[in-house]
Amino acid sequence: MTRTLYDKLVDAHKVCDLSDGDMLIYVDFHIMNEYTSPQAFSGLETKGLKVRRPEAHLAVVDHVNATRSVEAPDAQSKLLIDNLESNCRKHNIAFYGLGDPRQGIEHIVVPEQGLASPGMLIACGDSHTTTYGAFGALGFGIGTSEVEHVLATQTLRYRRMKTMRVTIDGDVAPGVTAKDIIMKVVQVIGAGGANGFAVEFAGSAIRNLEMAGRMTVCNMAVELGARAALIAADKVTQNALSGHAHSGLFEYLSETWETDPGAAFDQDITIAGGDIEPLITWGTSPDQSVPITGTVPSTKSFVSPKAKAGLERALTYMGLSAGQPIQSITIDTAFIGSCTNSRIEDLRQAADVLRGRKIATGIKAIVVPGSAMTRMKAESEGLREIFEAAGFQWRPEAGCSMCLAMNDDVALDGERVASSTNRNFEGRQGRGARTHLMSPAMVAAAAVAGRLVDVRDFV
Amino acid sequence: MRKTIKGIAAPLPLANVDTDVIMPKRFLRTITREGLAAGTFADLRFYNDNSLRQDFVLNQEPWKAANILVVGDNFGCGSSREHAVWGLRQMGIEAIIGTSFAGIFFDNARKNGLALPIITSEKRDLLLKLSRNGKIFSVSVENKIVDIDGQEVHFMMDDATQTALLEGRDDTLDSLKKSEAIDAFENSMSLKEKVSVIK
Ligand code: SF4
Repeated sequence: MTRTLYDKLVDAHKVCDLSDGDMLIYVDFHIMNEYTSPQAFSGLETKGLKVRRPEAHLAVVDHVNATRSVEAPDAQSKLLIDNLESNCRKHNIAFYGLGDPRQGIEHIVVPEQGLASPGMLIACGDSHTTTYGAFGALGFGIGTSEVEHVLATQTLRYRRMKTMRVTIDGDVAPGVTAKDIIMKVVQVIGAGGANGFAVEFAGSAIRNLEMAGRMTVCNMAVELGARAALIAADKVTQNALSGHAHSGLFEYLSETWETDPGAAFDQDITIAGGDIEPLITWGTSPDQSVPITGTVPSTKSFVSPKAKAGLERALTYMGLSAGQPIQSITIDTAFIGSCTNSRIEDLRQAADVLRGRKIATGIKAIVVPGSAMTRMKAESEGLREIFEAAGFQWRPEAGCSMCLAMNDDVALDGERVASSTNRNFEGRQGRGARTHLMSPAMVAAAAVAGRLVDVRDFV
Repeated sequence: MRKTIKGIAAPLPLANVDTDVIMPKRFLRTITREGLAAGTFADLRFYNDNSLRQDFVLNQEPWKAANILVVGDNFGCGSSREHAVWGLRQMGIEAIIGTSFAGIFFDNARKNGLALPIITSEKRDLLLKLSRNGKIFSVSVENKIVDIDGQEVHFMMDDATQTALLEGRDDTLDSLKKSEAIDAFENSMSLKEKVSVIK
């Protein structure tokens, strides 16, 4: 029987069926952070339970920590960090805390450590765990009760999702990045358009991406509602598996981690790669995007009354008017960071734009490398000098920072941010803050111009 | 968990209500599950100076007392924070009726006895209208029916979720009863298939 990659991954991890229609699936590897795990550990405590396989878990501090210094930004954040450390010590779980050279954003750290590889099932109390699909692994986010469940049983309750294949056919134009590809997919399918689905990305534009780009695509697939995002393992994947601290640790030899030819998907969607332009979001949902050459949509662009109401609310929040050219939107802040776009490849792309240029007067510009290792690599390549010469703040510590603004990097009410992150929700980067999502190179270009601008005019 | 949830339903027709809106991040710096009612929808309920926003439905009569919400598409999208569900439960919400929910939010709701009846968009529009009129809704998890003054609207809910809500079991303790199957699975794995993070 022909099977999709997703079905192979589920089949390989199924422990048993349960009487109510769910199944138990085995979790090869589980990652925790400081803010979604405390109540899971206290759950174990209350119930008198042990961690079943301590060596199959890793805990990383990334959400609340400051990036200006290695000190926690405030007492509450320190409590979360210390709590995670003591829970890990007690249960003998690996912990990458502040000041550890391996610390950073969980989804940057794990691939960097060689802990993701084809055929794995990876869970984490964070929605962007879909990132590991770039390796042909099944990664998905879970809630805190499920964190408790996986600590105690090394399994999760699961039900099989429907499958969707998104094919990006044909090459993308120069200047169009992986971020633009996934933002296009989110625009076409819609936020929540893939609720209940595991999405596999295919087509030449995907095949041509290096691992960093594939991770960006799978990372942001959760904005579609996808509970898993997958890309078949190939030569590019194989090449990325060696040379890391934990390389070769996991190997699943009895299966090929790709969809069998002829296997059927519940839904098949094709997008022409050549049609994709650099995109920016204008609204408060990641699917509210237009090409950088476009204009802010007006109610004429939408037919349904509901979409019109949504548009008006978003425009009011964002302080924009319908029909306004995108490139007339001035910004206050530029932020490069997050698990979507803070890898070395992203920093290189942004630095290419900034080399020999200066950011516009009055702009605050911040770059937070995704991990301590990424920062050191960037510094050894001379990227720090380029960013600093251009006027960017180069942050010495890694973390989520202004992606969700749980630390002290918070945008103010009304502050407009060009951001390489993944969510432009109301209040995401600070109460009343206005987020425009785009690729890291576009953020760099916007910082230089002081407004949203087409990066293709910068090369 | 009660088999029937009865009470005022509040209309919240916005699409894509995300977990940052349901539980803003400033309430997440906690190591317990308690005290989250104050954070639920905080930016919609309060102005910066903590005064009440009269434009938000849950601050208005009769919906102040609502224990049911009728919501727009893709409710609960965004982050995995279970705090969103804990907060909703702590502010007294027992059921949220909508067309689609984000996956992690859906699973979190099920673990915490929050019922998420799924209906078509036509039925949702009807329920929105009835909720605007301040009608009393009666949601039967057992029969998968919402009853409003004798008008019955059927909803969808998968069997495992229905069972979980009706039984209110503890999944962790329940799954531990399957230890033999988990042992057998682990024993069938080769050494190379067992991740061990070296410290
Ligand atoms: S970088 Fe942003 S999206 Fe990624 S894990 Fe951190 S907060 Fe979540």
